[in-house]
Amino acid sequence: MSDHEIAAVQEHSGHVVHRDDEGSKMGMWLFLFTELLLFGGLFLLYGGYRFEYSEGFKAAAADMNVFIGMINTVILLTSSLAVALSIAALQENKKTLSMGLLWFTQVCGLAFLVNKYFEWSHEIHNGIYPGGPALENMSNGEVIYFGLYYTMTGLHGLHVIVGMIFIGFVMVFIQRDKITSTNYQKLENAGLYWHLVDIIWIFLFPLFYLLH
Amino acid sequence: MSHTLAHNEVSFLEYQGKHKGIWGWLLTLDHKRIGIMYLVAILLFFFVAMTLGILMRLEMLTPGETIMKPQTYNSIFTLHGVIMVFLFIIPAIPAVFGNFILPIQIGAKDVIFPRLNLFSWYLYIIGGILAIISLFTGGGAADTGWTFYVPYSIRSAQNVSMATFAAFVLGFSSILTGINFIATIHRLRAPGMTWFRLPLFIWGLYATSWIQVLATPIIGITLALIILERMLGIGVFDPALGGDPLLYQHLFWIYSHPAVYIMILPAMGVVSEILPTFARKDVFGYKQIAISSLGIALIGYLVWGHHMFASGMSNTSRVVFSLLTFLVAIPTGVKIFNWVATLYKGSIKFSAPLYYVLAFIFIFSVGGLTGLVLGALATDVHVTDTYFVVAHFHYVMFGGMGIMFFATCHYWFPKVFGKMYNEKLAVIACTVIIIGFNILYFPMFIMGYMGMPRRYYDYLPEFQGWHVLSTVGSWILVSGIMFMFGNLFYALFKGTKAATNPWGGTTLEWRVPSPPPLENFDEIPVVTGGPYVHDKPTYIMHPSRELQHQNGGGKISQEVKSH
Repeated sequence: MSDHEIAAVQEHSGHVVHRDDEGSKMGMWLFLFTELLLFGGLFLLYGGYRFEYSEGFKAAAADMNVFIGMINTVILLTSSLAVALSIAALQENKKTLSMGLLWFTQVCGLAFLVNKYFEWSHEIHNGIYPGGPALENMSNGEVIYFGLYYTMTGLHGLHVIVGMIFIGFVMVFIQRDKITSTNYQKLENAGLYWHLVDIIWIFLFPLFYLLH
Repeated sequence: MSHTLAHNEVSFLEYQGKHKGIWGWLLTLDHKRIGIMYLVAILLFFFVAMTLGILMRLEMLTPGETIMKPQTYNSIFTLHGVIMVFLFIIPAIPAVFGNFILPIQIGAKDVIFPRLNLFSWYLYIIGGILAIISLFTGGGAADTGWTFYVPYSIRSAQNVSMATFAAFVLGFSSILTGINFIATIHRLRAPGMTWFRLPLFIWGLYATSWIQVLATPIIGITLALIILERMLGIGVFDPALGGDPLLYQHLFWIYSHPAVYIMILPAMGVVSEILPTFARKDVFGYKQIAISSLGIALIGYLVWGHHMFASGMSNTSRVVFSLLTFLVAIPTGVKIFNWVATLYKGSIKFSAPLYYVLAFIFIFSVGGLTGLVLGALATDVHVTDTYFVVAHFHYVMFGGMGIMFFATCHYWFPKVFGKMYNEKLAVIACTVIIIGFNILYFPMFIMGYMGMPRRYYDYLPEFQGWHVLSTVGSWILVSGIMFMFGNLFYALFKGTKAATNPWGGTTLEWRVPSPPPLENFDEIPVVTGGPYVHDKPTYIMHPSRELQHQNGGGKISQEVKSH
């Protein structure tokens, strides 16, 4: 019952804001479900079209640069580790270490995006983009493959950016001691979001790069 | 403590916080004020969409051109659908009355994320404004029907992109409200408010919120893909590039069929509130009604294929989807029978909300049973895309959710505004609405069965009699609706002051003043029994005072556990 009393989170204007870490975490998890389903629709399309155009998908996937994809996978996995460690560091009151790890995460996010930029511009340079000259001569399967490739990695890239902004806000809060060793739920939520970005990439990577 | 009491001396309507006047509303974090802001916006959109509906019916009065060109007609039925579905039916009960009543019924002072709540309202308004802007910009209002089926929605020269984007934003608003409600119901129940002491309206909202969270993202991505397809031509839905329009239909209905239950479950929740109040007895089969809400949500998730029986699916999937569709009738039947059994041997007090509920049970049963005609493979092929379908979903959507929205407006009117409406006029309005409703939509079943296709601008002369009847029905219905809102609107200013519990309701909202004070309760109440117990009190409204009088401390947990 004391649990319920703590849980009485009310924030009317001018009132003391109570905290409910458990509720806040629950809200974040529910939001992550919605993100999974957002991508779920695209994965469903991928599955359907892979079944329909397996030859075209194989041909298109052979063109992808596995090396850059792998580098990006390593970058994201490392950054996820850094976020997890930064939470542990903050819990032990090591603010500087925590901030350092979050900075490292931001650099990783940026590196991921830069890689993605080079990858995309390489494809676009070769005329492989929706309506592009090279794509027009390709089979339906390849057209759909690249349509999905741009949509899914693009949407994922957008999530990387949102994650970085989210972590950026959290860093400001840590700097101002709004997030502390006893009040770190916002950091944990940012971490959860970042792990989601990571997990989605872990599925995108094999689907677009490794399955020939 | 004295701080709280000072806030609680005046109602939330009169309370002056940090912001004054209109800003006291636009920047409010109070769930009750946000609920009323939703009400204002939703009614506005309802009247717009209703006007479009009237114009459509007027156009169908005679074959050929009556008052508008075919292109205008196409845009009007699209907008009627988009606005009604996304801006009225989906948010009406959860966003207005869910927001207002949910925290009070579970004994909380607000929802768990008040800022997110306000943000959802702004998203709703932005979505609504985008939908309206889409009428006047680009190539003009979208003409695809509310389903935005590809490939036409990719090729249409009208402003489809903005209309779909509006729906996308509205979906986001709906998701955030869902998250807020689930977390609130899990975390903010008052002491002793166990899951099986929750009012059934809360169970309805809980099931609804899960569907909102788990289904809406799919339509989000689907609509985003239409926009991408129109702007960039990515090919996923474009048959010319190898895309499969059927996959679009699957994705669309994976959301939009569960969305049907987003629309109806809160309405069913209100039915389960109103019946025990006016029958003066405990609801029959509480647990069955509660669980059947979850059952409908669960099965409703797996039946989307029945919208596509005629668009090309394997026979296996058609049979499976048809079977699953029939299964939805089971939890729905459980509810209907329990409601009727609740009335049995009750001491029934006839009142406007109860009239609406009885109308609901009748109309919704017609809608539900004709749904089985559509769910059966052989008959569906005969009536697919005819007026039969139009009649069916108006019977379940309008007859179900719409009628219950009106019931809700009456049932909680005294609580929300602290005024009483004129009972006699409300009952007359209800009667006119029910008569108009049936004259408007019942002929559509007959026309549909005879073969009148939906969405057609023109028709063969032999259908005219039915069309005229239907159009006359629309006039009766609208007069009833105007009369009903007029009565409520008049009561808003001239109504007599409402008592705390004018109906003899047993749930927590009837234990706080009408209208409720800013923080709902002086003290978080303690719950000692089920929600519909009429013969003894089941709430301790001031636990610190009342319980000390009896036995000193330690009594609360004893009292709470005794059930």
